[in-house]
Amino acid sequence: MSKAIKISKGIDIKLQGESERKIEAGGTSRIYALKPSDFFGMVPKLTVKEGEEVKAGSPLFYDKQREEILFTSPVSGEVVEIKRGEKRRILEVKILADSETQYKSFDSWKAGSGDRDSLVKTMLSMGLWPFIIQRPYGVIASPGDNPRDIFVSTSDTAPLAPDAAFILESEKADFQYGIDALKKLTAGAVHLGVKKGESFFNEIQGVVKHDVSGPHPAGNVGVLIHHVAPINKGEIIWTVAALDVALIGRSLRQGKFDATRTIALSGSEVKAPKYFKTRLGAGLDSIVADNVKEGKVRYISGNVLTGSKEEPTGYLGFYHNQITLIPEGDEPQFFLTEGWLGLGADKFSLSRSYPSWLMPGKKYRLDTNMNGEKRAFVMTGEMEKVFPFDIYPLQLIKSIMINDIDSMEKLGIYEVIAEDFATCEFVCTSKIDIQLVVSQGLADMRKEFAS
Amino acid sequence: MKVLENLLGKVKPNFEKGGKLEKYWPVFDALETFAFVPGHTTQRGTHVRDGIDMKRTMFLVIVALIPPLLFGIYNTGYQHYLAAGIDAGFWDMCLFGFGKILPLIIVSYGVGLGVEFVFTIIKSHAINEGFLVSGMLIPLIMPVDIPLWMVAVATAFSVVFVKEVFGGTGMNILNVALTARAFLFFAYPTEMSGDKVWISTDGLAQTVDGYTGETLLAQAIEKGAQFSDVTGTAYSSVGESFMASFIGFIPGSLGETSALAILIGAVILLITGIASWRIILTGVLGGMAMGLIFNILGPQFFPENLYLQVPWWHQLVMGGFIFGIVYMATDPVTATQTNTGKWIYGFLIGLLGILIRVVNPAYPEGIMMAILFMNVMAPTIDHYVIQANIKRRLKRLKTA
Repeated sequence: MSKAIKISKGIDIKLQGESERKIEAGGTSRIYALKPSDFFGMVPKLTVKEGEEVKAGSPLFYDKQREEILFTSPVSGEVVEIKRGEKRRILEVKILADSETQYKSFDSWKAGSGDRDSLVKTMLSMGLWPFIIQRPYGVIASPGDNPRDIFVSTSDTAPLAPDAAFILESEKADFQYGIDALKKLTAGAVHLGVKKGESFFNEIQGVVKHDVSGPHPAGNVGVLIHHVAPINKGEIIWTVAALDVALIGRSLRQGKFDATRTIALSGSEVKAPKYFKTRLGAGLDSIVADNVKEGKVRYISGNVLTGSKEEPTGYLGFYHNQITLIPEGDEPQFFLTEGWLGLGADKFSLSRSYPSWLMPGKKYRLDTNMNGEKRAFVMTGEMEKVFPFDIYPLQLIKSIMINDIDSMEKLGIYEVIAEDFATCEFVCTSKIDIQLVVSQGLADMRKEFAS
Repeated sequence: MKVLENLLGKVKPNFEKGGKLEKYWPVFDALETFAFVPGHTTQRGTHVRDGIDMKRTMFLVIVALIPPLLFGIYNTGYQHYLAAGIDAGFWDMCLFGFGKILPLIIVSYGVGLGVEFVFTIIKSHAINEGFLVSGMLIPLIMPVDIPLWMVAVATAFSVVFVKEVFGGTGMNILNVALTARAFLFFAYPTEMSGDKVWISTDGLAQTVDGYTGETLLAQAIEKGAQFSDVTGTAYSSVGESFMASFIGFIPGSLGETSALAILIGAVILLITGIASWRIILTGVLGGMAMGLIFNILGPQFFPENLYLQVPWWHQLVMGGFIFGIVYMATDPVTATQTNTGKWIYGFLIGLLGILIRVVNPAYPEGIMMAILFMNVMAPTIDHYVIQANIKRRLKRLKTA
């Protein structure tokens, strides 16, 4: 059953500022926040008011469409602010943390015991459910569904991504515990994608292991699914990130929502990039503090391809296990010296029009400049070089742009989510926001088929 | 460069919303973004972007067009003085050729960019860089003595009816430069074919004895591979005429004669990855295949048609075949978009290019017709390639 998956299409963007393999305790964050925007396609309904006291594991809001899905507080403390944006959309629910975290207690789950329903109920009430993502659409799984399989990818090939095997070193038992829980949730198999040569996961029981190698996006769970058993129309697959499996296992074992997480602080603008132990929703400043270089810096919760842009005072995203700091590129570039006609030794490109292909080992300090303006699609064949799916990316994107539901379905939209197109977006000569287009397409599809 | 940046910053408010020159924003924007890559930053999606953009891409195509352009300048003078029977020096030839080609380039860019600017002002969208390449291609596929007004008309026709009415760069179905040539070919055949147009004989009191001015394409119809140069002197062997056309000392459209210069351009396009190697490779293979078929079957079935007997390797360096394959067939907008489609598309262009040229002497420039025809067929090829992918997906559903 186990498969060796060798990916050749893709691109490794080599950036400066890889995290040193050293875990430190992050500074204590005074305020933690949960951001509804982290959950694709979810409309929140609040259960708390400003000024209310909560414990770690107390619900803050729930999904309006599926009320059983709760989003619980990572810490105990007081709800100090509910930040709203346009049309009173909830942006952040902020909690002023107690100095000592009080946990709401739940019934712990004993590996292998009980039936599926009670496990689901426990996970829902603890706020562990949002860690399970379903495909198609890339939204939080519906508890009532019976997924064909569950996929976990432990290999993150994104630029400067943290090494899951390193982070989980002391949490192997919790990871196994989490896998045991996932096994209970599906009648199918739990597939585990492992970086080729990584032995850490060898002892994990109850999974089908697959060796994965190749350039990014080889480590994406979508690539794993596509090469193991692609999603067909009508099928449902669940996915969980590797670190979240351990978090689920730990919380179930202890009977409390333990939102601690080790993340990587990386990027060229970090003085000393390394790993930090922190908690979901922590303020970025508690981790970054003064570990940042001079100049205008982009704060990213997540990696440079799929992460979200944050203010220095922003918060760590729910699914993110990395903070990346890169320089802002908001200065105009004169065309001959550093712009479109320059030699560009410090620029990175898939095309060989920049010298980056002659220096395969070089690490780059890339900034956030678009390096050009938005255009209609002109070039062809470039996305195919970085998109390891048996799907025509350009044609799928065009069908989404004209909102042709029928074509989107035929061209394979069920198999992908926005992150799978991140490399395509990076290389696009026409500078089109491809991930945004794909997200829009998934939202349209979901609406079309909503009962 | 701060000076230029400050100057642009100073006049910018006039062009912005509410400014008195608001209408001309696209023109200002085009000039500003030409000089400076704007400080736009990523906001959603990936936070870093590949260094390449449309300007660099298009500029590299122009760089790849420089070798045939330079050779064209030289060859125009060379052929002129050969026809005149004057022993001229290298720089005289270059100077003559330069004087012939420069006006064509100016007219092509002037008219094309003018039309483009007008359209962007009307439709107020950003100016696309596509015409930078088309504007250079058009002069290179014209006969040397083409009247400038014809170039202007053809360019305007092509930009308006082939590109802008379809929505601008990226939306056109036919190759813009090639359509300009086809337009002239059908509208003014006497200026675009025959044996009078390929060499500039303007102002010459007389030409040398035996002067014909015929291209190899015209000669092949009558005499097969027994080629002679413009003075009527026969080449001593097929090898010699091959070398002459490989290097480019033959009459023809301005940029198309030298296979060598075009191959240098092709190397630039292939190394940078801007042109599809699939199309170029299969295009040449298609031309070879058709040439070979003619070589094998010709003497048996049509012994009186000597054109069929021109060796296949010689066919490749005659006329605009290589130029068309390298610079026109690879236009990403009008070619097939799928990789599988590119194999088919390129091969058929090569095949049809030689087929049309040989079988229908009324269209000596078969490659032009072949590319335009395949431009039209490209979406159909892609359609079937994509259907195969869709069927594969459906089949998986049934077997699952």
